[in-house]
Parts: sequence; C-alpha cells; structure tokens
Amino acid sequence: MNERDLDRYSRQIRFSGIGLSGQQRLLDVRVAVVGCGSLGSFQAGALLRAGIRRLVLVDRDYVELNNLQRQWLYNEEDAECARPKAEAAVRHLLRIDRESQAEPVVADLDARNIGEILDGVDLILDGTDNFETRYLINDFAVQRGIPWIYGGAVGSYGIAMPIVPGSTCCFACLYPQPPDGVQSTCETAGVVNVLTSTIASIQVSAALQLLCGCQCDSFITTVDFWGDGMRRIRQPAARANCEVCGLRHFSRLEGRRQVPISLCGRNAVQIHSLRGPVDLLLLKKQLLPLGEVRANELALRFQLPPYEMTIFHDGRAIVKGTTDVGIARSLYARYVGS
Amino acid sequence: MDLAMANNVTISVNGEAMEVPSGTTVAALVQLLHVETAQIAVELDGNIAQRERWCDIAINPGAILEIVRFVGGG
Repeated sequence: MNERDLDRYSRQIRFSGIGLSGQQRLLDVRVAVVGCGSLGSFQAGALLRAGIRRLVLVDRDYVELNNLQRQWLYNEEDAECARPKAEAAVRHLLRIDRESQAEPVVADLDARNIGEILDGVDLILDGTDNFETRYLINDFAVQRGIPWIYGGAVGSYGIAMPIVPGSTCCFACLYPQPPDGVQSTCETAGVVNVLTSTIASIQVSAALQLLCGCQCDSFITTVDFWGDGMRRIRQPAARANCEVCGLRHFSRLEGRRQVPISLCGRNAVQIHSLRGPVDLLLLKKQLLPLGEVRANELALRFQLPPYEMTIFHDGRAIVKGTTDVGIARSLYARYVGS
Repeated sequence: MDLAMANNVTISVNGEAMEVPSGTTVAALVQLLHVETAQIAVELDGNIAQRERWCDIAINPGAILEIVRFVGGG
C-alpha cells in the first residue's frame, strides 16, 4: 500500500476490526453491485470509499428525476441526459477516487449473461428491485460458492441478510418461491430515502466484514422507521431439502424459470409471465395515483408516456413504446412486481 | 374446543404482547394477523419455524415470535 492510500484509509486501518491486513484485502477484491438504484448506488459509493476499487456495476435502467430523492450518486444532469445508471455511477465514482476501476455493465442480468458478467467476483451486493433477479443471483452464488448480501426496501420497511454458501442458509431455504400476484414496489407504495441508505449500509457492513475475513454475523435485520424500528433475528440453518443449496438444482440459472419474452409487433415487447393470476382491481388501485388506468376483469391498460403497459389477468403483459427487453422487464418489475 | 371458550395465552409478536387462544398454531397466528404468508419467515423462540410445519406447531404461553417480511423493492 502506498503512502497516499495509507492516509486515505487511515481511519479504517486504525479500526481494529479492519486493520492493515483487512484494508489490503479490500483493495485486492473485486465486488459486483447488481442494480444501481437506491440500494446499489449507495452501496457503490460506500464500497469505493472503503477501498474496493474493483467494482462491477450492473444496471438496466437510466437516471430519472424521481430517482434523485433517494439515489445518492446521481444528479439533475444525469436525469436530464437520461444517462444509464451504471455509466453515471462510474463517472461519479471517478470523482470520489480517480483510481476507481469500476466497470459499468448496462444490461439486464439474466441466465444467459450472468456467468460472464459476474465471473471472478468475490462477493455480490444485491441492489435489485425484483425477486426474479434475486433468485437468479442466489442460484449463481450458491453454485459458485460466492457470498451475496440480500437487501430489499419499500415504504418505510426494509430487510437485509447475508448469504454465505456453505455457512449460512440460502435465500431459497427461507423463502422457497417468489410471491405471486401484485406486489408493493417503490413506484406504487413509495419509499423513504433514509431507509434505502440504511438497508444499503447494513448490506455493506456485512460485505466489509466478510471481505476482511471476519466471521459475519448470520442475522436477518429488519428496519421499519415508521413502525417498530430495527430488529434482528438469527438466520436458521440451511435446509437439507432446499432445492438450491441442499439439492443443488439451479433451475433459474439453467433458464428454466426465465420469464419468456418476445418482441410483438412494432415497438412492443411481450412478457409471458409465469407468475399466475394478477389481481387487476388491486393493481388498478395501486396505479391510479400514477397515471391513466383503464381496467376490466381481463386486462388493465396503464399509460406511462412514452410507454403503455397492458397487463392481462394471467400476469402476461405487453409493453408498447420500446423494443428494449430490459426496459420492458424493468417497467414490469417496478409497476407490477416480479 | 370452542374457541370462544378457550383460555387465552399471552405471547410476544415482534416485541408486542398479544393474547391468542391456547393451542393456536403458527399457521393460525399468521392467518389471524392477515399477513401474506408467501412473503414471511417466522421465528419462534429463537429458531425459524419451518414453513411445512406451521400447521403442526402449537405456540406455548410466553412464546416469543418474530415475523419478518421479505420485500422486493430497491
């Protein structure tokens, strides 16, 4: 470590939990942040400031004005230019530390590209906004024996949990199937900005401990700022019959659970959901404050200029106004939940 | 047993005291609380209650439960 870095990281080196050897490890590792929204953009900044310069930042979206309330790295110029979040994040990280080696990956992480994008990382931070990607990350992380740190936040409530293959339970041990139907999302239920930074901080804290070679406390932490505050429970042991870490069936990684997508007609993408029935009346109620919605018992149409989403009772959707599968999947995750 | 006649017991759910009929199972409690079962994990006296066994596990008086909800946003 050179003089400049000894100074830059002096307060971490003095902290006995990290020390010089821990700091050297942080400088050596390579970490992925999947999703650079409210959780991921905060994580990326905190990880870089802690000394993790080798970052892989994955995101399929671009910066919008309504992101600035909680997505710490971005500014009005990013929103005006509609910059891809992964690229905007890399630009800002270079202003924090010009030796940053953060790599932007503007892509929709899926079963086909995950092996290439996350190849060789030492740890994965979850900054995604949907369950589909989290189950895919869980499959990948368990198969390769890489730790990942789950985090989620909606409204005033959030949750974080480290998953260390071979040591803790995995995501599917606790939660074998993603929820069906309409879910609360930050778009429909809103979110408090300090909640997302708190959850991201808890995730980064677990990551730093693991990366420094400390035994990470295997807790599930929940936070509800408008409710009962911060709570922790001990993680259970891994389930022997867990499909993923027990039986090692990586169905999402093999693409068998991938939601099929097709381009349909001009400038539209169809998402053939496998998620089963969606309560369209509930969805209508959630979307009404956000834009023009028309619905009957079979289908719901939601205007979100320049896009238009039509969601059918069986969960299938057609997103008009784009041929970009990543945008279509992102809109589905944000307004219906996936 | 008629639930109206049953003796109530006091348990703790996420730090709050709560009265439930004696013999209430984890499954019945979850139903009583109107929480979305697919999105939660339940810890009973320091251990996660396996989902498959929620119907069989009767909650003892004084039991301490934590119900954690998983969310997808971020």
